[in-house]
Amino acid sequence: MSEPSDLAKLIFGRLTWEAIPFHEPILLWTFVVVALVGGVVVGAVTKYKLWGYLWREWFTSIDHKKIGIMYIVLGLVMLLRGFTDAIMMRLQQAMAFGDNVGYLPPEHYDQIFTAHGVIMIFFVAMPLVTGFMNYVVPLQIGARDVAFPFLNNFSFWMTTSGAVLVMMSLFMGEFAKTGWLAYPPLSGIAYSPGVGVDYYIWSLQIAGIGTLLSGINLIATIVKMRAPGMTMMKMPIFTWTSLCTNVLIVAAFPVLTAVLALLALDRYTGTNFFTNDLGGNAMMYVNLIWIWGHPEVYILILPVFGIFSEVVSTFSSKRLFGYASMVYATVVITILSYLVWLHHFFTMGSGASVNSFFGITTMIISIPTGAKIFNWLFTMYHGRIRFDVPMLWTVGFMITFVIGGMTGVLLAVPPADFVLHNSLFLIAHFHNVIIGGVVFGLMAGINYWFPKAFGFRLDPVWGKRSFWFWLIGFWVAFTPLYVLGLMGVTRRVSHFQDSSLQIWFQIAAFGAVLIAIGIVCMLIQFYVSIRDRHALRDESGDPWGGRTLEWSTSSPPPAYNFAFTPIVHDNDAWHDMKQRGYERPLQGFKPIHMPKNTAAGIVLAGLSSVCGFALIWHMWLLVGLSFAAVLVAAIVHTFNYKRDFHIPADEVVRTEETRTQQLAAVHV
Amino acid sequence: MTTVKTSCRHWLLSSMLLPLAGCNPILLNAPGDVAAQQGKLIVDSTFLMLLIIVPVIALTLLFAWRYRASNREAIYKPDWDHSTQLELIIWAAPLVIIIALGAMTWISTHTLDPYRPLDRIAANKPVPEGVKPLVIEVVALDWKWLFLYPEQNIATINEIAAPVDRPIQFKITASTVMNSFYIPALAGQIYAMPGMETQLHAVMNTAGDYEGFSANYSGAGFSGMRFRFHGLSDADFDAWVAKSRADGNTLSRADYLQLEQPSSNEAVKHYASVAPDLYKAILNRCVDTSKMCMNEMMAIDAGGKGPKHAEHGEGNEHAYDTAPPEHHHH
Repeated sequence: MSEPSDLAKLIFGRLTWEAIPFHEPILLWTFVVVALVGGVVVGAVTKYKLWGYLWREWFTSIDHKKIGIMYIVLGLVMLLRGFTDAIMMRLQQAMAFGDNVGYLPPEHYDQIFTAHGVIMIFFVAMPLVTGFMNYVVPLQIGARDVAFPFLNNFSFWMTTSGAVLVMMSLFMGEFAKTGWLAYPPLSGIAYSPGVGVDYYIWSLQIAGIGTLLSGINLIATIVKMRAPGMTMMKMPIFTWTSLCTNVLIVAAFPVLTAVLALLALDRYTGTNFFTNDLGGNAMMYVNLIWIWGHPEVYILILPVFGIFSEVVSTFSSKRLFGYASMVYATVVITILSYLVWLHHFFTMGSGASVNSFFGITTMIISIPTGAKIFNWLFTMYHGRIRFDVPMLWTVGFMITFVIGGMTGVLLAVPPADFVLHNSLFLIAHFHNVIIGGVVFGLMAGINYWFPKAFGFRLDPVWGKRSFWFWLIGFWVAFTPLYVLGLMGVTRRVSHFQDSSLQIWFQIAAFGAVLIAIGIVCMLIQFYVSIRDRHALRDESGDPWGGRTLEWSTSSPPPAYNFAFTPIVHDNDAWHDMKQRGYERPLQGFKPIHMPKNTAAGIVLAGLSSVCGFALIWHMWLLVGLSFAAVLVAAIVHTFNYKRDFHIPADEVVRTEETRTQQLAAVHV
Repeated sequence: MTTVKTSCRHWLLSSMLLPLAGCNPILLNAPGDVAAQQGKLIVDSTFLMLLIIVPVIALTLLFAWRYRASNREAIYKPDWDHSTQLELIIWAAPLVIIIALGAMTWISTHTLDPYRPLDRIAANKPVPEGVKPLVIEVVALDWKWLFLYPEQNIATINEIAAPVDRPIQFKITASTVMNSFYIPALAGQIYAMPGMETQLHAVMNTAGDYEGFSANYSGAGFSGMRFRFHGLSDADFDAWVAKSRADGNTLSRADYLQLEQPSSNEAVKHYASVAPDLYKAILNRCVDTSKMCMNEMMAIDAGGKGPKHAEHGEGNEHAYDTAPPEHHHH
C-alpha cells in the first residue's frame, strides 16, 4: 500500500481500512449481529413512527424522571456488553491450558479484560447509580426537578457519548490493552502506540464531564430544594447517601480528569509526566488514579446502601433502626474514603509505616460499614418482613457482602496483601463487594422503584428466578477464584501451564453461565411484566406500603411531581402523613412553572463525541471543526431564552382529577 | 503447643475454604519462612474477623426467618428504632476487632517489611553470625526475567536458584513497564519498575522446585513471564553455579540490548559472566552508552542550574543526545 497523501492524513488521520477488523472473525460476527439488531431496532422505531416521540419526549427531555430512566436503560444495555466480555474471559481461562491456547490471542484477551472493567464501572454501575439518584432524589425531597434541569440532560448525553466511543472501539481500531486503570509506562505512547489507550482516555474524559456536572447538580438539588420541614436530619437515607456520593464525585472526578489529561499530554505532545525517562514517574499516576479510584468504589456503594436502607425499612414495615448512626456512618465513610488509596499498591515499595497507616485507615472504614449492617439487622428485628423481590436481594446482599467485606479487610493487612495482591483472590474480593453489594442493590432498586416509574410491578416469579440464579451463580463463579488466589494464581493471565488448576476455572465458568441465566431471567421478567402490565397494575402509587415522599405521588408521577409542595414533619415523611390521616388537596391548583425541553444537550454531547473520535484518530482538521462547533453550540444555547413554561392550572386540575379517580377506585 | 494450635486452625480454615481435593493452597503452607508468616497472618486475621462475621450471618438468617410477615407469634414493634445500649455495642464490637487487627497489622507490617534484612531464617532460628545474604539482582524484561548474581558474576534467564536457609536479598528493577516479582512459596511480591529499585528479603527453608512469575500485567507476553525457583542444598547450589559458568557465554551490554527486545515464553538460559556494572546501567537506563545515566542526570539536577555546570566545563547540555559513544566504554 502506498503512503496516504498529506490531505488524506489531514482528513482521516491514522484511520485506514486496516483499522476495521475484517481479519478477526469474532469481531466480524459481533459486528454482523450488532448491525442486525441495530437495524431491527432502527427499523421498528421508523416503522412505528417513533422518532418524533423519542426526540420530543425522551432525548431532549429535561425531566429528571425520564433522564433517570434513560441512565438506567444505558446501564442495562452496557451490562449486556460488559457481561459478554466476562463470559469470553471465563471461557478462555477455562480452556487455555498446556497445548490449548484457547480461542483468544493475548492482544484480544487483553482488550477484553480492560473493556470489561471500564464498561462495568463507568458505563454500567455509574449510569445505574446516577439513574437512581436522578429518578428518586427529587421525589424523595418533594422537589419538582433537579436544580439545573438542562445540565442534567447534558450530563446524561455526555455519559452516553463516552459509552458510544467505547463501543466504536470494537469495530474501528482497538481498545486499550492495559487493564482498566491504564497504568503507565504500559499505557504510554512508547508501549501502547495504537488508538486503544486514546479511546480509553477520551471516552472517560467525555463521560467524566457528565458525571462531574451531574454531581454538582444533585448536591445543589439536595442542599437547596428540600421540601419545607425536611431538615438535614429528616432526609431519607437514600437522599443522604446520594448527597455523600455526589460530594465524593465532585471531589474525586477532577483528579481523574487531571491525571488522564496528563497521560494525554504525554501521549499527544511528548511531555514526560509518567514516562521512564527525563524525570517522568509512573508511580505518580498510580497514586493519582487511586486518589480518584478509591472514592469511586464508595461512589458506587453508598447509594446502594441507601437503597438497602429504604428497602429493609419498607419491607420490615418498620422505622429504620439507628437513623442518626446511619447518617454518621455514611459521613464517616465519605471522609475516610480519601485516606485509604495507597492500599491498592502496598507492593509498590512504600515503607512499613506508610503501609501500616493506610492498612489501618482501611480497616477503620469497616467500623461504620459494620454499624450499617447491624442497623439493617436490627431494622429486621421486631419487624414484619415481607419477602418481595427487593427484600430478597437485600438479605442476599447482607450475607454475601459481609464475606466480601471480610476479605477486603484481610487485603488491607499489608503482609497478607503482599501474597494476595493482583491474585484471583483480589478479583474474587472486589466482585464479592461489587456484585454482592452494588449489583444486588441495583437489582433491589429496579424491583422496588419500577412500579413508581411505570405504574405496574415487575413480575415476581421471574424476579425471584433472576435473584436465585444471580446469588448461586455469584458464589459458584467466585468461590473458585478465592481458592485459586490462595494457590497463588494471578489475574489477567490468558494461558496457563498447570493443568491441575483447570477444574477451578471450569467451575467458575459454570458459575458465569448461571449468572447469565439470571440476566436472561431479568430480561424475561421485563418482557412478561410489560405483557401482563394490566394484571400487575398499581393504581395506588404506593404498592409496598412506602415510607418516603416518592410513594405519595401517582405512578408514574406527573411531570411536576407534586401539585403542592409537601410539608415534612418526620424522616419517614409519607408514612407519617398516612399515620396522621393526610388528605390530598383537591382544589386551589395553580399554574406550575417548569423548565422546557431542549436539544442543546444531545447536540453538544454529539459534537463532543465527534471531537473525541477525531482526537483518537489524529484527524486534526475534524478536531478543530468539531471543537469550534462545540463552542458555537454552547454559545448559541446561552442565547436561548425560551427555557421555561407554565403548566396551565386547568391541566393540573385534569391530572389531579384523574389521580383522584384512580385512588377512589383503589379504595373501593 | 502453639504449633499444634496453629496447624489445627490452619487445617480448619483450609478445610472450610477448600472443600474439593486436588488443590494446593501454597499461600497457606508455604515452605519459605516469610511466606509462611504471611500465610499465618491470613489465617489469624480471618479467624479474628469471623468472630463478628459468623454471628452477623447467623442473625441475618435468624431474623429473616423469625420476623417473616406470616409469623404472627413474633413481636412486632413498628416504631422501635433506637436503643442506646445496642448502638454502643454495634459500634464497639467492630471497633474492638479492628483494634486487635490494627495492632497485628502494625507489628507484622514492620517485621515483614520486604526492605528489612532478615533476622531469622525460621521460627526460633536466628540468622547465624557472619552469614551475609545472597544478593540476586532481578530485571523484568518484555517478557522474561533476567537474574544477575553479583557475588558469583553469573546471570540466568527465567531461572533462579538459592541455597536453602540462606537469606536472600533481591534488588529488583525493570526495563520498560511495571511488573511484579512474585514467588508464592518464598515470599510476597514487590513491583518491578523501570528506573527504580525495589527490594525483597526472603529465605527458602525446604529444598524444591517452585514457581515464580510476574503478578502485574505487563502486555502481550505477560502470561508466559514465568520462571522456576530452585531451593538447593549448599553443594547443589555450588554445582548449579558451576554449571552456569561452564555452559554459558558472557552477557555483554550488546547482548543485553538484544535480550531486552520483546519476546515471549523464553527458555531458561545461563551466562557464565556478566559485563561490569550491567545492573547499575540497567537501573539507570544507560546500557546504551549514548544515553546519560539517570543517577548522573539527577546529580546534575540536584546540583543546581544546568548552564552553571556547563560553565564549569561539564558539558551536560549535550548529555542525552550527543554524548560521545566512548564515554562509557570500558
